[in-house]
Amino acid sequence: MSKNLRINNKHFVDETRKLSFTFNGKKLYGYKGDTLASALLSNDIHLVGRSFKYHRPRGIMTSGSEEPNAILQIGNDDALTEPNVRATEIELYDGLICNSQNCWPSVKFDIGGINNFLSPLLPAGFYYKTFMWPASFWEKYEYFIRKSAGLGKSPSKQDPDMYDHRYMHCDILIVGGGVSGLMAAKIASDDNKKVLLLEDKELLGGSLIYDDSDISKIDNQKSSEWLKKLIDNIKKNKNITIKTRTSLAAYHNYNFLLARQNLTDHLSVNDRNNKIRQRLYKIRAKKVIISTGAIERPQVFHNNDRPGIMLASAVKKYIDYYGVRCGLENVIFTNNDSAYETALSLHKSGTKLNAIIDIRDNSSSEIVNQVKNLGIQIYWNHTVVDTKGYKRIDKVTVMKLNDKGNDVIGKKIDLNCDCLAISGGWTPMVHLFTQSGGKLRFDNKDNIFVPDKTNLDQLSIGSAKGDFELDDVLKNSIKDTKKFLNIENSNFDKIDVKCSKEKEKKNIWLLPSDRPLSKTKPFLDYQNDSTAKDIKLALREGFKSIEHVKRYTTTGMGTDQGKLANMHALGIVADTTNTNMGDLGTTTFRPPYTPLTFGTIVGRNVGQFFDIFRKTPMHEWHVENNAKFENVGQWKRAWYYPKDGETMHDAVQRESKAARESSGILDASTLGKIDIQGTDANEFLNRVYTNAWSKLQIGKCRYGLMLNEDGMVYDDGVTTRLGENHYLMTTTTGGAANVMSKLEDYLQTEWPELDVFLTSVTDHYATASVCGPNAKKIINKIFKDLDLSDESFPHMSFKEVKLGDINCRVMRISFTGELSYEINVEASYGKYIWEKCIEAGKEFNITPYGTETMHLLRAEKGFIIVGQDTDGTMTPVDLQMDWIISKKKYDFIGKRSLYRSDTVREDRKQLVGLLTDDPNEILEEGAQIVKDENKKPVDMLGHVTSSYFSPTLKKSIALAVLKEGKQLKGQKFLVPMIDKTIKVTVSDTIFLDKENERING
Amino acid sequence: MFLISCPYCGERDQSEFVSGGEAHIARPKQPTELNDDQWAEYLFMRKNIKGIQFERWNHVHGCRKWFNVARDTSNDKIEKIYKMGEQPPKI
Ligand SMILES: [Zn+2]
Repeated sequence: MSKNLRINNKHFVDETRKLSFTFNGKKLYGYKGDTLASALLSNDIHLVGRSFKYHRPRGIMTSGSEEPNAILQIGNDDALTEPNVRATEIELYDGLICNSQNCWPSVKFDIGGINNFLSPLLPAGFYYKTFMWPASFWEKYEYFIRKSAGLGKSPSKQDPDMYDHRYMHCDILIVGGGVSGLMAAKIASDDNKKVLLLEDKELLGGSLIYDDSDISKIDNQKSSEWLKKLIDNIKKNKNITIKTRTSLAAYHNYNFLLARQNLTDHLSVNDRNNKIRQRLYKIRAKKVIISTGAIERPQVFHNNDRPGIMLASAVKKYIDYYGVRCGLENVIFTNNDSAYETALSLHKSGTKLNAIIDIRDNSSSEIVNQVKNLGIQIYWNHTVVDTKGYKRIDKVTVMKLNDKGNDVIGKKIDLNCDCLAISGGWTPMVHLFTQSGGKLRFDNKDNIFVPDKTNLDQLSIGSAKGDFELDDVLKNSIKDTKKFLNIENSNFDKIDVKCSKEKEKKNIWLLPSDRPLSKTKPFLDYQNDSTAKDIKLALREGFKSIEHVKRYTTTGMGTDQGKLANMHALGIVADTTNTNMGDLGTTTFRPPYTPLTFGTIVGRNVGQFFDIFRKTPMHEWHVENNAKFENVGQWKRAWYYPKDGETMHDAVQRESKAARESSGILDASTLGKIDIQGTDANEFLNRVYTNAWSKLQIGKCRYGLMLNEDGMVYDDGVTTRLGENHYLMTTTTGGAANVMSKLEDYLQTEWPELDVFLTSVTDHYATASVCGPNAKKIINKIFKDLDLSDESFPHMSFKEVKLGDINCRVMRISFTGELSYEINVEASYGKYIWEKCIEAGKEFNITPYGTETMHLLRAEKGFIIVGQDTDGTMTPVDLQMDWIISKKKYDFIGKRSLYRSDTVREDRKQLVGLLTDDPNEILEEGAQIVKDENKKPVDMLGHVTSSYFSPTLKKSIALAVLKEGKQLKGQKFLVPMIDKTIKVTVSDTIFLDKENERING
Repeated sequence: MFLISCPYCGERDQSEFVSGGEAHIARPKQPTELNDDQWAEYLFMRKNIKGIQFERWNHVHGCRKWFNVARDTSNDKIEKIYKMGEQPPKI
């Protein structure tokens, strides 16, 4: 280090703990307690990146989350690297590696810098205007833009870090651990409230904690000393939970807030092992106090973006907190008293301050008088009109303002400097207030937006509310907090505050220059390179709404959401259009206020915990027998069981042949099951199904179709009458939860007079379905005493039988068209009964089959699958299932809709069978059906819903929906595919065993 | 994320509930007596107003009871919660 930039004797960095880090390949040193920004500055590094559009050199400008320039790529590991990290926010750790991201090939020599000289060609809306057309070129443009913009690179490997979520509840949530937040915490906890205090920095105390001056005093003590005592007191308080390094990400309605805590980002990489990296707090607060402070505004003048130009408050913080000088030759440019604190800090640290330029006529506050007495040159009523220095500022040019403040007069004065500290006043951080739905009010006197109306139980205090001077901050915070919490007295009631500053400031949104505006670059949004010129151009081109101006000029659209730029943009629009700023309205900061990693949002819901899934009691057996699974709703269902390297097609052909020729077994446990009891259960079924249930005898089963009130098919399944007032309804696997909810809804809200009770028993029972010509023999081997004769146990009937101590409900029902029995047992016996069936079926080559084969077998029989052959637009008539609509019943859900003008149309799409002219050609599900390929546009008459190759029929079969399909049997259509057109003929929907002989074995 | 006070269980997070749309639309007792327009009025027409809206909510991950909510759609403030079958409050 050639220059003496580090000042000793400071309190907040630990000079005994030297840390090494690497910036753009160069090894550098800093101390524990530094941010990356303060460490870079202590190494005399200001230039850290290039701007987005013009690739102008940019330096560290701030000391906080509003930083627009010092945005770096951290780490060089493919899994851990992180783009867009603000150097001002990340704490330095040993071994930190960082690189500039928006420059190529290097930050000092940047090819894109040529854009700076081409800038007359890159006006507002340039990207919109240039890359709009021709549309087909977009892919090429995008490549160019991304490469030259280069907003960092994402990690390319899986994030190995652990993230956590935690719920928190409190009486009072306080966001921001500065002086006003700390006082509010103390007042609330003294009133026995449970307080949660969040602070995004490592330490509590805000900007007052490092204020080393004697200019303001609290209770006759140096204010930072007074504050330290308060912090010590609060840390011991059991009512107050403090979370530091925790930033509020989002403030939602009903005082629901999300906050992110950094737990390991400040540790060296080796110390992070097995620790949770970040934690997301989901907070419910009875009341919220926002004490997030304010951010300093820059000033808008020609070439206000050179490295070395920084916010005055940041220059002060780097000296007083980190012990780092940002320059050896300083100039201050201000419009208010607060920059004079920076002047005193510079002076006290022995750092040279060449001059202060103040656009005001004068100020005679105590603090200004102190500075005057130090003999520092102050240029009153002057402004900066230009700066020099390519990679670092080396000169400012100053001129006098005219009386109106809209032009400059007199001679140019050149001042040398390597750091220009600028202050344009302060902007309250009202982002949380606006996110929560609060409405702002424009304060014309202070030129700030302040919190106004809110529907939530919340309060803004301190500079977040627009109080910037210490006496206002303290006294109003105490008064407002007491009122908010309904407290009469507090320990702070007799507080004595001495403040030496004046509130007077002079506001000029766009400072005048000796050059015409078109020849200047007064930057507003540093990250997006938008200037005051661009705003004016947008207004000339007819944009009026501030939201449109923002988007057109990209002002405030960067990762910093324009924290520095927005007020000036608004101010310039207001001035140009002669509008009151309050009438323009402001823009809302969107959550998250500062970027969140996906890891934090997802938390532990990764890998196998990404989504819950349900397994049947037989699941392990399927796994052991090489099943492939498919997701059906949340269930993992056995899809097919490939043997010896079979393809899916081969396995399905083998499984379905076995089921038709001897026997197959299916795990049907996932079907929804609802236990229905009550004296009105039968009436209830009559109302929810389309068909009649009155005559169903005990021990018998019936297939039912359920509609929505709009007449469209909603669900189907078999319901069994177990007793006089007791039924077991089955539903589709995916529809189970919805059917349950729908039935409950009708019972509770439309028919509360019905005596019916519903219980979901899907998980209570496991179901093994055995089918095929040999099914009866297999069941007979298991239940030796059960009479399986057609007379005693016919199709669509049910028997309760015991196997040892196990109660078994056996239903003779069939979804395959084969003779078929479903054995239902309590879930814990599911695997037992399954293995029992496999054992008994061994001699008959019993073959486990999955959902794919089930779908093929039912398609051969023309049985629909709700959700595959229907899509919420099919009535039972469309499905050619008129037989299931009771003519006798006065009403059932959806009945009235079956004769609406739309549902009785003859030309609706209707379910049909399709046969391909080439029997080996299998149609694709979803493929479109057309008549005439050459007529443009082609009329799309329908589509294929189910399609398989049937090994039993030795040909391809398909179900489809087709316009007027019912009347088109035997007619030829085309199914155009990408490489060919397939000829098809409309057929019956039942392909196999139209006489239903197979169900009797 | 609202806090909703289930009339049967008390105050719970919104994630335990589902909304069932506009309340006080009774299913016609004699649907067959209605012409297409009248039936469509029941079936399709919903108000979706800005301001106080009466809605049905279900405590689906709790007691599974349906109840009514008077919610201000402009700010999501819940003005009143009342049971099924009860008359809407005058707001
Ligand atoms: Zn409940």
